[in-house]
Amino acid sequence: MASIKVDGKLVEVPDHYTLMQAAEAAGAEIPRFCYHERLSVAGNCRMCLVEVKGGPPKPQASCAMGVKDMRPGPNGEPPEMFTNTPMVKKAREGVMEFLLINHPLDCPICDQGGECDLQDQAMAYGVDKNRFAENKRAVEDKYIGPLVKTSMNRCIHCTRCVRFTTEVAGIAEMGLLGRGEDAEITTYLEKALSSELQGNVIDLCPVGALTSKPYAFNARPWELTKTESIDVMDAVGSNIRVDSRGREVMRILPRINEAINEEWISDKTRFIWDGLKSQRLDRPYVRKGKKLTATTWDDAFATVAKAVKKAGARVGAIAGDLAGVEEMYALKALLAGLGSGSVDARPVGSALSPAAGRASYIFNPTIVGIEKADAILLIGTNPRKEAAVLNARIRKAWRAKGLPIGVIGEAADLTYPTQHLGSGSESLNELAEGKGSFAEAWAKAKTPLVIVGEGAASADVLAAAAKLATGNAEVAEGWNGFAVLHNAAARVGALDIGFVPAKGAADTAAMLAGGVDVLFLLGADEFDLANVGDTLVVYIGTHGDNAAHRADVILPAAAYTEKSATYVNTEGRVQVTTRAVFPPGEAKEDWAIIRALSALAGSALPFNSLAQLRAAIYAQHPHLARIDAIAAGTTADISKLAKGSAKGKKTSFVSPVSEFYLSNPIARASAVMGECAATAAGLRQAAE
Amino acid sequence: MLADKDRIFTNLYGQHDWTLAGARERGAWVGTKEFIDSGRDWITNEVKASGLRGRGGAGFPTALKWTFMPKVNDGRPHYLLVNADESEPGTCKDREILRHDPHHLVEGCLLAARAMDAHTAFIYVRGEFIRERQHLERAVEEAYEARLIGKDNIHGWDLDIIVHHGAGAYICGEETALMESLEGKKGQPRLKPPFPAGMGVYGNPTTVNNVESIAVVPEILRRSGAWFASIGRANNTGTKLMCVSGHVNKPATFEEAMGESFKDIIEKHCGGIRGGWDNLLAVIPGGASVPCVPGEKIQNAIVDFDGLREAGSSMGTAAIIVMDKQTDIIKAIWRLSAFYKHESCGQCTPCREGTGWMMRVMERMVEGRAQKREIDMLFEVTKQIEGHTICALGDAAAWPIQGLIRNFRHVIEARIDQYTYSSTSDGAVPSIAAE
Repeated sequence: MASIKVDGKLVEVPDHYTLMQAAEAAGAEIPRFCYHERLSVAGNCRMCLVEVKGGPPKPQASCAMGVKDMRPGPNGEPPEMFTNTPMVKKAREGVMEFLLINHPLDCPICDQGGECDLQDQAMAYGVDKNRFAENKRAVEDKYIGPLVKTSMNRCIHCTRCVRFTTEVAGIAEMGLLGRGEDAEITTYLEKALSSELQGNVIDLCPVGALTSKPYAFNARPWELTKTESIDVMDAVGSNIRVDSRGREVMRILPRINEAINEEWISDKTRFIWDGLKSQRLDRPYVRKGKKLTATTWDDAFATVAKAVKKAGARVGAIAGDLAGVEEMYALKALLAGLGSGSVDARPVGSALSPAAGRASYIFNPTIVGIEKADAILLIGTNPRKEAAVLNARIRKAWRAKGLPIGVIGEAADLTYPTQHLGSGSESLNELAEGKGSFAEAWAKAKTPLVIVGEGAASADVLAAAAKLATGNAEVAEGWNGFAVLHNAAARVGALDIGFVPAKGAADTAAMLAGGVDVLFLLGADEFDLANVGDTLVVYIGTHGDNAAHRADVILPAAAYTEKSATYVNTEGRVQVTTRAVFPPGEAKEDWAIIRALSALAGSALPFNSLAQLRAAIYAQHPHLARIDAIAAGTTADISKLAKGSAKGKKTSFVSPVSEFYLSNPIARASAVMGECAATAAGLRQAAE
Repeated sequence: MLADKDRIFTNLYGQHDWTLAGARERGAWVGTKEFIDSGRDWITNEVKASGLRGRGGAGFPTALKWTFMPKVNDGRPHYLLVNADESEPGTCKDREILRHDPHHLVEGCLLAARAMDAHTAFIYVRGEFIRERQHLERAVEEAYEARLIGKDNIHGWDLDIIVHHGAGAYICGEETALMESLEGKKGQPRLKPPFPAGMGVYGNPTTVNNVESIAVVPEILRRSGAWFASIGRANNTGTKLMCVSGHVNKPATFEEAMGESFKDIIEKHCGGIRGGWDNLLAVIPGGASVPCVPGEKIQNAIVDFDGLREAGSSMGTAAIIVMDKQTDIIKAIWRLSAFYKHESCGQCTPCREGTGWMMRVMERMVEGRAQKREIDMLFEVTKQIEGHTICALGDAAAWPIQGLIRNFRHVIEARIDQYTYSSTSDGAVPSIAAE
């Protein structure tokens, strides 16, 4: 600890603190533009200048100077800094004036207006007169992709975007070209950025130089209703804020959650909102003859009830990627009432099962734990596509200590160097036998982390992975390095409530092959329905996507921004979304649809409100009541899993997410995501 | 006045052979092994005794700078980095060393490297210096061939010299930008602390010295620090290469003792001021970045670090720019402003935005198309830049204008009056300054 006096107030701060952090600890506010907690220090905006006693007779950048760089007084008094002296005031006014002389006065037409650091700080620290009589600089706007709109006249060259893309996103595609007052931020050849995290530069930009292209000129921040919620685009469960106006979601922003997404979100999370408005199912449909015909809820329910009664126990249900715990629980209960145990939420071939214990299907080390790992093995997963924010966390760990990272599966650019060990189970077996240089590094690892993707979740691979995670004698006490990286927000919740076939009942593969007479699809669009045959397909979902085309009855439901639903992320962390807007047209919340149907189908479910439903869930699965907490798995489960046979047929692992931007029905309905996918395809083609 | 026997650079004008053979004839590489054997502390102490102050402009005591290097090696290599990116307008002294006396520098590198426990020296040569680089590279090759440097050389101190050719940017002469550029990055100054002696090139302890500072070291050791200290005034010792340009009868680069009066120097080496001493308007005594001094004030000023500070300016690189009364002093300073605007790296706000602003206001003042209150405003703007930037380029851009306003405010005001006087009802017309 070091002592330092800030404006005469003595504080004790850790040695590594900068003057800015020390000032904050002492309650003194310091304005800044270029400084950001999660990026490297640039020290170039000069807004954070403070006066230092005993130092050089000029102000010092408080973001860059450490407390330990300070000289104590002549008799060993603690060093002193000041944030409120005339020198500091003058320095701030001077820097603010320089920032503003070439900054256009276009706040009335700037999307950053109302949430602009420059605007706010000019009010607080600037002067209200202008002495600049020359022409302002004009800078050409740059094309940097379909998501980020540029208005480079407004740029103040803080280089936050450059540092974010190089350091966090891992793409060296932005830079400061030219020098002096002609310096410009650009993507060099005005190519689109290739990162899945590029939208974060919009939040980072302290001015209106980088703004959201899809959101351009749509709304002002003060007219939006802000709802704190959870993202369901992947299994990370990023914390988001949904900004809405009336019945419309206008934009989605990240919320800070150090344990999950820090303050980043992926582009799919951020720009998905236009998909919530198009291709929506807003009324029930029933297939009459060959054609789906709009109808009433009563008619649709009657059709389903009739079929269900006829089918008896030959009823099945598949839950999709975006389903919440409540509706899955209700659906499972409905089918149980009908005498069927044929429910499944897993893709064909997945051996993940609640029977093997919670540790066998969650990301045991937790997302924060990635930073503790000293070696990482990725099996059958491309985290950049399946969980872009989590991938940034792996990159962060790599940047901090350059740990060895092995990949078995598709070779891909993950934004950090990896060792590609092979594409399938053979390579996994070789590694298990200790062959190759990576195996040597692995044997020394104290906190090895095995990340298994859904693309490789077969029984033999899971057993082999569990062995690799536990088999090493060096593994530290209390470290559980077995991690399953899910790619769907619904999956862990489904496994938690046992949304898997009962003994002898049909699983996903059997149901898709026509093994049931009535098949409920709860937002399940990622499955091949070509072989379901004569089965009556009931689709409960939000978008007119794959499944809706095959469905015989469509029951329109609510998307994640339109309901309060529980989701369990890949770590096993329980989180709840909040309703920001109402579902469109006649669409209803999923659990309510199932509850209404249950009465008509002759086995009424025992709850009449969401609260009652939740009470029932919590009684049966108490860990789901602990919001934002993780019920940890046990290492014993992993040891048991490791005892399974690691022998299986030779397979190559394929990531379940083939196109990042189009991985769910909402994304496929989004024009922005479509444009992103096309741009990404173009970039890939150009690279080849 | 400096006696011929006390000259360090005896081939300043290239009249003799600059290669190893010629340099040896003039005394280079004599006794080097003894100096090396005398050890790190002896070399440092001798240089300390000489009172040598850095010749790159700031005048920081060279030996003191060397002592900032870690005393005990923590496993990281130490580096000597020689700044041969001589780009200060008016300065042309290092290039003479590189062209005509390169072995002074090579030998100096070996001795300085010993004094800081370095086994690698980088010499960063300015992009525009082509012939200079060729000569320097040849001199380094010769030294390798003669096993004067390199692995297992005859002096018993391994040293590799790497000559790096810059791309020609003024900012790369700033020591931390120089390191960035040397590492292959964009030449932008780094934040200090950490200082180069703790974390310099590739994160290793580094000392950056000017060419001249290093090149005089062998002679100081050969003739003793006391000899060097006996030249000039206390705290301003030794000889100095000076470059006089502008309105003198014979512009020249020469070696002279510190502590001589300006008048004597100009009379002796440059044949006086063009049109006589009464015709002297102003002098920029230390390269473009220092404030100008009015003619009447500079004549009897002492040319050394302290003498020129007393005259309200600074010694800088001893690049003396003389301007007679034909000079449009506003335009001359505007030209310097334009230079700094062009060379600002664009990293930090005050310099990036301020240099352009100052230049544009100056541009109008050249014509007189300005308000008198803008003179004070301009002065305030220079104060807002000075001391608020990462590196000293902001200061360098501010000082010439401050010097102008402090000493020639009446000229600016007269120009503004003239412009107003010449204006018609149709608007202002371009006046005297327009060409």
